[in-house]
Amino acid sequence: MPSLLKALQSQVGRKILSSITGIGLIIFLIGHLAGNLTLFGEANAFNAYTFNLESLGWILYIIEFVLVLGFILHAYVGISIWWRRRKNRPEGYEKYESKGGPSHMTWSSKSMIFTGIVLLVFLVIHLDSFKFADTEMTTLNGEQVRDLKALVMEKFQTPLYAFGYTFVMILLGLHLRHGFWSAFTSLTMRHNKLSGIVYTIGVVFAILLAIGFIFIPLYIYFTGGQGALISY
Amino acid sequence: MADTFTIHLKIWRQAGPDQPGKLVDYTLDNVNEHMSFLEMLDVLNEQLVAEGKEPVEFDYDCREGICGSCNLMINGQAHGPKALTCTCQLHMRNYSDGDTIVVEPFRARAFPVIKDLVVDRSALDRIIQAGGYISVKTGSAPEANSIPVDKAVSDKAFDYATCIGCGACVAACPNSSASLFTGAKLAHLNRFPQGEPERRKRTVAMVEQMDAEGFGDCSNFAECEAVCPVGISISAIAEMRRDYMKALVAGEEA
Ligand code: HEM
Ligand code: FES
Repeated sequence: MPSLLKALQSQVGRKILSSITGIGLIIFLIGHLAGNLTLFGEANAFNAYTFNLESLGWILYIIEFVLVLGFILHAYVGISIWWRRRKNRPEGYEKYESKGGPSHMTWSSKSMIFTGIVLLVFLVIHLDSFKFADTEMTTLNGEQVRDLKALVMEKFQTPLYAFGYTFVMILLGLHLRHGFWSAFTSLTMRHNKLSGIVYTIGVVFAILLAIGFIFIPLYIYFTGGQGALISY
Repeated sequence: MADTFTIHLKIWRQAGPDQPGKLVDYTLDNVNEHMSFLEMLDVLNEQLVAEGKEPVEFDYDCREGICGSCNLMINGQAHGPKALTCTCQLHMRNYSDGDTIVVEPFRARAFPVIKDLVVDRSALDRIIQAGGYISVKTGSAPEANSIPVDKAVSDKAFDYATCIGCGACVAACPNSSASLFTGAKLAHLNRFPQGEPERRKRTVAMVEQMDAEGFGDCSNFAECEAVCPVGISISAIAEMRRDYMKALVAGEEA
């Protein structure tokens, strides 16, 4: 279907790609957070979860491939929209102000490219510090598994990790404050009362997701890994 | 007699298309609250002519909010601070003594400056030429009621047909996107039974022309809706996206 391929390169198609990949990433993040929260389960829950995930084998590779592809496409479209933004108004305004009203010019929408690029850089560091990091081994039900729980506990007791991670997750929340609503709008949601409700849901969702991710490092940092919510 | 007051202006002056421009300061002492913004500029120009200086070029035609010719970026807002108002309908009563007003042209790569505040918006005309019409046999007037149109449909189509093509949506969009303009034209014509036969072709052709003219992407800022003097909703953009994807999945070439 050559015309579909062409369509995806037009400015309408690019936004469809951006929104579908954005929603895909949101769904991934929900799963990711749910997995992370097993840290607060019984002593072995987190290592069992990560072990089970890694044992998926080729299924995991397919999921990872789709994720990486989606992430790259999303970042590519986002960066190219920003690039064209600069090109398409070579001479900027001396003064510019939003007119308010129905406008969605917010702090969040104006900083999508900034929050996005921080997320991109963060992902590389994040994969390096957890997924591809050397870990001790531990025994779980008679099998040798990576002790990722110990790694998480250790990393989040250093201020740089705990607070750096927190900062990036706040930016993620900002990205999603506009992104959640924007994705549905790109997928042709009309601008009416319902769209206002979707925006509010997006804001609440962005806050909850950010709090979920932030709670883990801050809890570990401030309890020195000895908090009552974490069992060994 | 209404009170007169003083306004400080910073107006973009540019001698020609590829010349450098800059903001120039002017002060007007005899501004009347009943003047429209354009009448205030007329007064400035009379003053400039009397001083033997070159008057400020700006665009207008009807001065009654229907033609879409007037287009100024006033203190960073397309058509100034009032919602649902174009430049010619903005009055000086919205300002008070001693205010400073920055006046710039609508800026976009697709809207090159011709002189001072006048820009070339023919890129919008070329989007219309690409498909913003319905093909009918001209000649004797057709019977008005031969194709019935539901009242709700025609009302909605009229909402979109109120677009006067001023280009404020492009000017206010951080991406210089013409999506609201193109979307409004499509949402108007694609709605009617008369527009149906060319629906896919029209949608593809107009979207591609918009891309080719160098208008940017839509980031869903919705600032266009906020500045639109007739209040076109960004729902028009949603409809454009829907029709465009449908047309291309169905394999429509431009
Ligand atoms: C955790 C990962 C991420 C999630 C969950 C996410 C989510 C989203 C969503 C839902 C949207 C709205 C989609 C639309 O309407 O087009 C969006 C837009 C955007 N994203 Fe992301 N994003 C992520 C990572 C990134 C990265 C790495 C970049 C890199 C540059 C980025 C840059 C952008 C930009 C610039 C936009 C606005 C696009 C526009 O101007 O229309 N995002 N994001
Ligand atoms: S001059 Fe015609 S709309 Fe303002």
